Amino acid sequence: MFSILRDLLRFNVEFLVGFVLTALIFLFAAAHFFAPYPDTAIYLLPPDMPPSAEFWLGTTSRGQDVFWQMSAAIWNTMTFGLVVMILSRIVALAVGMLSGYLGGKADQALMTINDTLIALPNIPILLLVYFVMRDQMTWPLLAVTAALLGWNYDARLIRSVTLSLRNREFTRHAVFAGMSVPQVLVRQHLPYVMPVVFFTAMNNLIWAIGLEVTLSVLGFSDVNRPTVGGMIYWANQHQAAVSGIWWWLVFPIVAVVLLFLGLFLLAISINEYIDPRSRLSRMGG
Amino acid sequence: MQATLKPDVATSSAEPVLRVEDLKAYYQMNYFGVTREVRAVDDITLTIQRNEIYGIAGESSSGKSSLIKTIAGAIRPPLRVVAGSVRFDFGGRTLDVYDDPEAMRAARWRHLSYVMQGSMNVLNPVRRVKHAFHDFAVRHMGLSPSAFRARVEAHLEQIGLDPQVLEAYPHQLSGGMRQRLAIGLATVCEPEFIIADEPTTALDVLVQQDVLALIKDVQMRLGSSIIFVTHDMTVHAAIADRIGIIYAGRLVEEGPTQAMFERPQHPYTAHLIASLPRIGDTTRRQSLPGKPPNLADPPSGCRFHPRCPLAVAKCASESPPLLPRGEGRVACWRAGEVAAA
Amino acid sequence: MDGFAKYLARRFLQFILVIFLGVSLAFLITHLSPVDPVEQSVSLMTNFGATDPRSVELLRAALSELYGLQGSFFEQYLAFWGRVLHGDFGPSLSSFPTPVMSLIMGALPWTVGLLTLSVLIAWCLGNLLGALAGYFRSNILLKLSGAAVMALHPVPAYIIGLLLLLTFGFVWPVLPISGGAQMNLQPGFSLVFIGSVIQHGLLPALTLVLVGIGSWFISMRSLVSNIVTDDHVVYAELGGVSSATIFSQYVARNALLPQLTGLALSLGNVFGGAVITEFLFNYPGVGRLLIQGIYSGDYSLVLGVTTMSIVAVAVAVFIIDLVYPLIDPRVRLG
Repeated sequence: MFSILRDLLRFNVEFLVGFVLTALIFLFAAAHFFAPYPDTAIYLLPPDMPPSAEFWLGTTSRGQDVFWQMSAAIWNTMTFGLVVMILSRIVALAVGMLSGYLGGKADQALMTINDTLIALPNIPILLLVYFVMRDQMTWPLLAVTAALLGWNYDARLIRSVTLSLRNREFTRHAVFAGMSVPQVLVRQHLPYVMPVVFFTAMNNLIWAIGLEVTLSVLGFSDVNRPTVGGMIYWANQHQAAVSGIWWWLVFPIVAVVLLFLGLFLLAISINEYIDPRSRLSRMGG
Repeated sequence: MQATLKPDVATSSAEPVLRVEDLKAYYQMNYFGVTREVRAVDDITLTIQRNEIYGIAGESSSGKSSLIKTIAGAIRPPLRVVAGSVRFDFGGRTLDVYDDPEAMRAARWRHLSYVMQGSMNVLNPVRRVKHAFHDFAVRHMGLSPSAFRARVEAHLEQIGLDPQVLEAYPHQLSGGMRQRLAIGLATVCEPEFIIADEPTTALDVLVQQDVLALIKDVQMRLGSSIIFVTHDMTVHAAIADRIGIIYAGRLVEEGPTQAMFERPQHPYTAHLIASLPRIGDTTRRQSLPGKPPNLADPPSGCRFHPRCPLAVAKCASESPPLLPRGEGRVACWRAGEVAAA
Repeated sequence: MDGFAKYLARRFLQFILVIFLGVSLAFLITHLSPVDPVEQSVSLMTNFGATDPRSVELLRAALSELYGLQGSFFEQYLAFWGRVLHGDFGPSLSSFPTPVMSLIMGALPWTVGLLTLSVLIAWCLGNLLGALAGYFRSNILLKLSGAAVMALHPVPAYIIGLLLLLTFGFVWPVLPISGGAQMNLQPGFSLVFIGSVIQHGLLPALTLVLVGIGSWFISMRSLVSNIVTDDHVVYAELGGVSSATIFSQYVARNALLPQLTGLALSLGNVFGGAVITEFLFNYPGVGRLLIQGIYSGDYSLVLGVTTMSIVAVAVAVFIIDLVYPLIDPRVRLG
């Protein structure tokens, strides 16, 4: 596995750039554990100060240091994204593999439900959930809801891989040897499914972070907890664009765009590596 | 056995219609710092005369498909021509396949056509069959739309197809019909050279007989030359005039069909012939020892030596040249010692 | 025609199923929440000043009836379906006494117009660029535009919209960044009004196009580079068919089929992007209506908009399902 990583870093430019970007942002976010001020403190520092030697990225109208706020914000946003990604992978894997392996009526039933859920608009439903929960809305609850909306498309992909595996010889051997369905799925099929899962996981992570940013920007989350979207929300509340406090808006936007680009480059370079047809066309040059 | 009863087709010259000289085409791949070179076509020289069916035989991954694609000029990176040339002679004019792509494109279908392996999917699934004829052939014929249509319909009738199939979509036709259609499409411009890449491999035996008879009939009427690639020796016996045996990217023997079957000169050819079933003969067939050669790292000297029952020390170090012997050519240091089947 | 009829029947059943599940989901979410919407609304209204307890009681009863919260769970469910089928969600609290449905109907044309235009442009342009990039692999111009489009792909709609707003609203203020049309104009089919609509719609549409084009480009490019190795394309090249014909008839037409299916699958997400964009540019569509409803705690409005958006997306998906056989003869003729 590490040799693959090393090869990708050395020969695939997109992977290298993506890896570096993501790692940098991750380190930046991890730094918040060493922040000199508490995350949620406000009006602690002189407000509206432009970037300087003392406040590297300036301060906000709420008296917070933009640098440390951003660090904590990115960490929280990324945590949210990771939780959604992991939860939705579990559901997508379970549904996809079961459906692909069992086939027949079970497959048809599961896929009909799957296709129905795909056609539902996600944002209105999420907003509805927020609306009815209001102050009782916590970010884990939001994460669970998002996870429950984000597994459909990927379950189909996983299912098609499992379907093709079901008819292979090694599956029949395993069944003859007495392996139960869960055993076959986990020990025989999972290694083949993992590449697809990884690719969809990256996409899902990007989507989840985007979702978090969007909801927070609208004010539909716990706005006292620092998140990237939350920073932009407060900046809008204090009319930062009009007052010329550009650093409050620009730096979080730049950071989140870099994070997305990094994750995206990682995703497409790994996907290209995994897909045998694209690998072939890359080989020819 | 096959008797060659061909009408004497008067041609403008006695020039061979295809000349392949010292052709080398390799897959050159560079991935993650690892370079690999698969020598699919490794120094092949052959000529094909007018009005001749030349069969190319060999096992899977022997390089015969790559050879055909290289001759047709239909190769894409990572497969590249590394050395040698492929030249056609159409009506006195020489056409170098890799020298002049524009002339090559103009010649396609009018002088050189192709019948593909698995003709199930060669037609565009979202358009009616008549559009295929239009796309491939109309620019060569110079006819008005109605005259073109009439010509195509007449041509289809000649090969036993109802002209109504022109209005159908490919998925509405059976496999056998699509195969006939492919042959009809390949011959509508009456080309001088047809390349047929395993056209009968995916068909059941009865349809296979049908298609073979059709190909023979068409060839006799048009006087075209055909390169016919298949691993099935019985098909070669049925229609080929001459056969060339490919092993590990090299031509190891070539000769008239009857001579090849009755007096094979290369140990590999002898094995191929001997392994064919014969009515009444119940002796066990021996399989060749060893594995098919790895074209990225082929054996030294004669490529066949690790599996050859007649191999000696010389075979491992020096590669035998393809030299005329008897009624054809053979590349073996011990060619005369192969016992007849 | 038999295959076609079966196809239609299957898609119609799916359509019904989507609406059934979606509407039920909306019902479940609102009726299973621990927060009582009546109490929420009451506390919102009583914030505006002291009211005597009897009025509050009357308010509670009225709201309870309004929100369909009377009777058993199952009775409420059936009553909800009745309201959906009649298109009656009651009056909006924040714009009392205007019925929720008329608010939605007023906003719907704006959203439909914006979405239809942006989605069509993003889909067509993205597919065209992707197909060209997949077929003519060595073209530098295509590679560069591909990189630009892909760089946009992972960025969320709000950020792209915000960047456009800042650029064209503040840095180089040439386009309006708020509203659907100029406020003092008489709505109608006059040239001035239509011109104003177009002007105001440019930035929201541009946002949605930039948000959507990336994914179509990427998927089309990958599809085309696979189709290029398909038998019928290789055969056409062997036949000396011109590149232009191969590209349009053999490659692009076949690649469009899965892309059309993908379009139907993406409509749920596309609608989400519209909600955010409308909010950002203060565009008078159902998205903005929804968010305003949430801000003002207007229960009926939020429920109504959510339900109608589920129905609208289902209808759009069904329309695309109807179009698909026109392009794929294998479905049309079995």
